[in-house]
Amino acid sequence: MTVKAGVAIPGTPSETTDEELNYLNNKTGIKSWLLTLDHKRIGVMYLWSVLIAFLIGGVFALLIRTELLTPGKTIMEADTYNEMFTLHGTIMVFLFIIPAIPAALGNFFLPIQLGAKDVAFPRLNLLSYYLYVLGSLVAIGSIIVGHIDTGWTFYTPYSLEGNSSVLFMTGGAFILGFSSILTGVNFIATTHKMRAPGITWRRLPLFIWSLYATAVIQVLATPVLAITLLLLILEKTMTIGIFDSRLGGDPVLFEHFFWFYSHPAVYIMILPGMGVVNEVITTFSHRRIYGYMFVAMSSVALAILSFLVWGHHLFAAGMSAYATMVFSMLTFLVAIPSGIKIFNWLATLYQGSISLASPMLYTLGFIALFTIGGLTGVFLGTLALDIHLHDTYFVVAHFHYVMVGGTVFGFLSGLHYWWPKMTGKMYNETVARIAFGFVFIGFNVTFFSQFLLGSQGMPRRYYDYLDQYQPLHMTSSGGAYILGVGFVIMGAMFLHSLFKGKKASENPWGSAGYEWMTSTPPHPENFAETPVMTRGPYDYELCTEAELYEGFRSELPAALAE
Amino acid sequence: MATDTQTAGEHGPAYLAHHFDTPAQQFDTAKLAMWVFLAQEMLFFSGLFVAYVVFRFWYPTAFSVGSHLLDWKMGMLNTLILLTSSFTAAQAVSYAQRGMPKRVGWMLILTILLAAGFMVVKYFEWNHKFHVGFLPGAHFKPDAEGMVAIGDAVKLAFHGGGIGYHLRTFFGLYFVMTGLHGLHVLIGMGILAWIWVRNHRGEFSSEYWTPIEITALYWHLVDLVWIFLFPFLYLID
Repeated sequence: MTVKAGVAIPGTPSETTDEELNYLNNKTGIKSWLLTLDHKRIGVMYLWSVLIAFLIGGVFALLIRTELLTPGKTIMEADTYNEMFTLHGTIMVFLFIIPAIPAALGNFFLPIQLGAKDVAFPRLNLLSYYLYVLGSLVAIGSIIVGHIDTGWTFYTPYSLEGNSSVLFMTGGAFILGFSSILTGVNFIATTHKMRAPGITWRRLPLFIWSLYATAVIQVLATPVLAITLLLLILEKTMTIGIFDSRLGGDPVLFEHFFWFYSHPAVYIMILPGMGVVNEVITTFSHRRIYGYMFVAMSSVALAILSFLVWGHHLFAAGMSAYATMVFSMLTFLVAIPSGIKIFNWLATLYQGSISLASPMLYTLGFIALFTIGGLTGVFLGTLALDIHLHDTYFVVAHFHYVMVGGTVFGFLSGLHYWWPKMTGKMYNETVARIAFGFVFIGFNVTFFSQFLLGSQGMPRRYYDYLDQYQPLHMTSSGGAYILGVGFVIMGAMFLHSLFKGKKASENPWGSAGYEWMTSTPPHPENFAETPVMTRGPYDYELCTEAELYEGFRSELPAALAE
Repeated sequence: MATDTQTAGEHGPAYLAHHFDTPAQQFDTAKLAMWVFLAQEMLFFSGLFVAYVVFRFWYPTAFSVGSHLLDWKMGMLNTLILLTSSFTAAQAVSYAQRGMPKRVGWMLILTILLAAGFMVVKYFEWNHKFHVGFLPGAHFKPDAEGMVAIGDAVKLAFHGGGIGYHLRTFFGLYFVMTGLHGLHVLIGMGILAWIWVRNHRGEFSSEYWTPIEITALYWHLVDLVWIFLFPFLYLID
């Protein structure tokens, strides 16, 4: 191995001894994983955990769509159906989407992209992982103690009635919230204080900028959810008279509190996905990101705006006309930073040397689907239109375009992109593309039909519906099965890669990103020697031939020659 | 160069964790993170303050009567106790910076004792409320003594007239706010005790006092929250 341009390594590189040493083989045994303080191993444990949550939530989704194939009962009773959509929502939101990118991929790559040896507080990092596990178990425990059918929003007064399963689910979300807060604190401190020499704020990878903006929201919004859920729990167990209108409390206050967290939480979900897109789009067009500071600052702007728009969830809940107008205008403002990102990504592609490898396909999917999701969000922020669309399938379709078309596609893009670095193995590119085809087509069939359903007046969460909606419901369910097949193919592909995959080189995509400068899989301390960065992570014009094309020659032609 | 991720101290003093380059970097990082965590704490309590403002706006008479039912002298006493404890916590940091572990220990003990004093006063206050039936929400059932107290408070209340139904909401908020604050005091006492043990073991010096400083920061926040709770609940008519 030669010392690369762009990375001035102080001292003599001790390549011969460190060649084989990596974070996977430096320690063995189950304890070395469960008690590890290495952010990479914690990231991998998070990854498995969120994938299990995604599988469970996905099975619930398929059951819901199967039930909705026909009006009336198809496979389950109404009560079971109510429980299914509640579990689908809570598991996907709290156990999967919120931790998926920051806690799994972010944990793994944030310190590496900063050239740090670890996150600032490794023990706190492990604690937040176990809080995640504990919170997940308590939340899932609600299935055992009773029948949770409140939806993932736990609106009062309904959530104050009934059995104690709500206590378990909200208690679980409370614990998961602290896991999220501690991750946020850790990331903020790490980003501020642990950057390697040469990584200035203007050379920060954009994935870090988006994780940083996410962490700010996690720290400032999640405690409000914590106090809200705590008040709900106290109201339910001790009747303190804050949300219960029979005692002079106010149920709408719960909605305000809930959305003061949960709207910013939407940006906790989408910002990291946008961060992944920045990394992938530059790598696979081999071009510097267009308008670096605009992209970075639009993440920060989204984080700030996210705190000012919660009222748009309550347009139909009886706010004053003036308040709704202000919230509507503030909601429109969100389109500006979102638009900046979309246009900058498109401008990055322009005249780039584009290769349509699987991570890039998911990223391009993200851009298309997020644009649809974002623009339909503007529809919903429009006061008069929202009265018609409120609580219909249009809303369901809108947020699935943002959450699945955006975040999940971003997550999958990142997973395909960083898989070789994390595992040291390549996957079958052809199968990955076939899986992408299923996922992309399945997703659009599932949710585009829901836009049509919603605009025709089909209310969300209903068990039964009029015959006129059946063709679109069947289409949507058909799409869900295609989506499911896509995920099965993808899962098989990744498992095959894990056991039989070809060895990945250091930089298989020919990226200029910092994380590709270290060995594959990374050294236990990320870099054998603290790196000194002499260029930015998108400075393709400053990369050497070896950096950009070594990986291409060895790995890509075989995979891409189709 | 350290290759073992779990080994600390090969590149500096024992207290320097392996992933930091210098003690100064480690100290700054810990302090920054504590400030960020305190921001989280502020937002946690802010939900309660917003609820307080909303309900006070809706039920001004009940809240005025409610504030007269609390003993402002007890609240004042607790304010003085907490302010003093903040001073002793700050002194502990100051002595730590100057490398005087014995005095640090005494200051930590004083802080813990003052915190315990706060909780004792709190116990008497809560006990009295339980006794006369000033309980939150659905449990609000004043006995004869409580009714007399309410009668007196109504005369003092700014708005006078009917006390309304909503004293129960006032006491709901009172117990949640002071209860969560009290929980923070108890947690703080635990952390201070742990820091005292570490100080006693001689882990700190004029080179390294980070845990003492960030514990003191937490303690000042607990104090600060009370500085807001006291006027909101006891003083505003």
